[in-house]
Amino acid sequence: MILGLYNYWIVVVLMMIGFYIVIAHGNLIKKIVGLTIFQTSVFIFYISMAKVEGGTAPILAEGIKQYSNPLPHVLILTAIVVGIATTALGLALAVRIKEAYGSIEEEEIQEKDNLDC
Amino acid sequence: MGSLMDISSAVFLLIGSFLCVSGGVGILRFPDFYTRMHAAGVTDTLATAMILIGLMLQNPDGLVVLKLIIILLMTLFISPTASHALASAAVHNDLKPVLDNNEKVKTSNP
Amino acid sequence: MFAVIMLSGIYGLLSASFFVAMDAVDVAFTEASVGAGISTLLMLVAITMTGRSEHPVRHKPVLALVVVIVTGSLLIYGTLDMPYFGSVTAPVHQHVAPQYINDSMQQVGVPNIVTSVLASYRGFDTFGEVVVIFTAGMGVLALLSVVRRPKGIAEIDSLNKSMHEEYLVLRIVAKMLIPFILLFALYVQFHGDFGPGGGFQAGVIFAAAIILYSMLFGMSTARRVINQSLIQLLAAIGVLLYGSVGVVSLLEDKHFLDYSALSADPIAGQHLGILLIELGVGITVASVMIIIFFNFAGRKNSEQNQESNES
Repeated sequence: MILGLYNYWIVVVLMMIGFYIVIAHGNLIKKIVGLTIFQTSVFIFYISMAKVEGGTAPILAEGIKQYSNPLPHVLILTAIVVGIATTALGLALAVRIKEAYGSIEEEEIQEKDNLDC
Repeated sequence: MGSLMDISSAVFLLIGSFLCVSGGVGILRFPDFYTRMHAAGVTDTLATAMILIGLMLQNPDGLVVLKLIIILLMTLFISPTASHALASAAVHNDLKPVLDNNEKVKTSNP
Repeated sequence: MFAVIMLSGIYGLLSASFFVAMDAVDVAFTEASVGAGISTLLMLVAITMTGRSEHPVRHKPVLALVVVIVTGSLLIYGTLDMPYFGSVTAPVHQHVAPQYINDSMQQVGVPNIVTSVLASYRGFDTFGEVVVIFTAGMGVLALLSVVRRPKGIAEIDSLNKSMHEEYLVLRIVAKMLIPFILLFALYVQFHGDFGPGGGFQAGVIFAAAIILYSMLFGMSTARRVINQSLIQLLAAIGVLLYGSVGVVSLLEDKHFLDYSALSADPIAGQHLGILLIELGVGITVASVMIIIFFNFAGRKNSEQNQESNES
């Protein structure tokens, strides 16, 4: 029973690594990298659920009986492109924060905010 | 004839894999940036070429061979250019190569 | 930070090869081009402006570690009920998916099942996705765009000649390769029905070729080649094309995005509809990626100009 579920555990480990990076590091760009790792682990989760033993890629061809499930592929295609769009926006925000506050470390930004208020 | 194709394809794939591994070992063990880049660039290009030729011999007739030949041509163009770009970026940033002994270079010219 | 970004690019490439091993070829194509290509590039451009080093963490993040471990163990406890890896009887393979696999050839007539589901059965979701990409492009435009005066032609030519020696090998190889990259992008766009490919991958590859050109020949030359307002117009035209296909179906008394309204024969209507919307998707994705890169790089250039004007 244990060995049949190893793909989910790999996904959970990757997800937790991404989560830890987001909450424990102060640099904004590193947080965005952590979010990217988190996103990719979710993609791996869905795609590993779509795999059928003995199946091939879901492109119709002669003589192939078993196909892998194409529905999660479609969802993850959308998710990948939306992920890059949000990453681009996050990086643009980080650049603007650097220009406004002079630093992208979380603690220094909070200090500057507390000084101003 | 069929088994000759199989054996030669297997030989090419094995040589390609060995070159990939030796390139990786070179990146870790060479002492200087330029020698490491040389290990990565040269062995990676040759390893990719060997693996692609091995794959071409797996299925000699079909459109796949043409596509693999085009990929091989593009790799032969792009990979040395990438190594050149890396090296010129390093020179531009004043990264000096580690030479044995500079006096030896001067006195070897008569 | 540089090493962090390079490693995340390698992570993207490894996950793309994992997707190939899981028989998800379309997804692997998209992840390789987007995750290993454009994402690494955008992060590198961002750290040229935000600084290459990070401050070390001053206190030990014990609370974060505890939260992560607790969440992880709860999630692993939750996966004990899941179906085994690769099992044929898993619930995700019942209900809708066999219907798509069995009926796709008769109803849509396209060999690539992922394209038929993406463009025809779930076309509305793809419409939302295209609008999200468009919105992200507009967001980056709103945040990072800089008003600049157009440079004179003599100034640009002198810049080009002064840099020519340094980048000679790269420029010549790029001049040979960029037409083939653009051709490959067109091939991927129109062969999405028969193999892995489609609008997204094609748009990203097209944008990558333009970005390569602008990196090697300078931003000012690239702005002369690619007119900024034309690209912004093209981004909107892609979304409009997609929406108008749906509206044409509405005007023919059928549902929104019902492609059988586009032609007398329903299968030909499906083919025409898929072609048009993939074209719209490709145009929008390529334009938005170009807009994002040009705005990031333009911000960097204007920062440099401001510093050199002040000092």
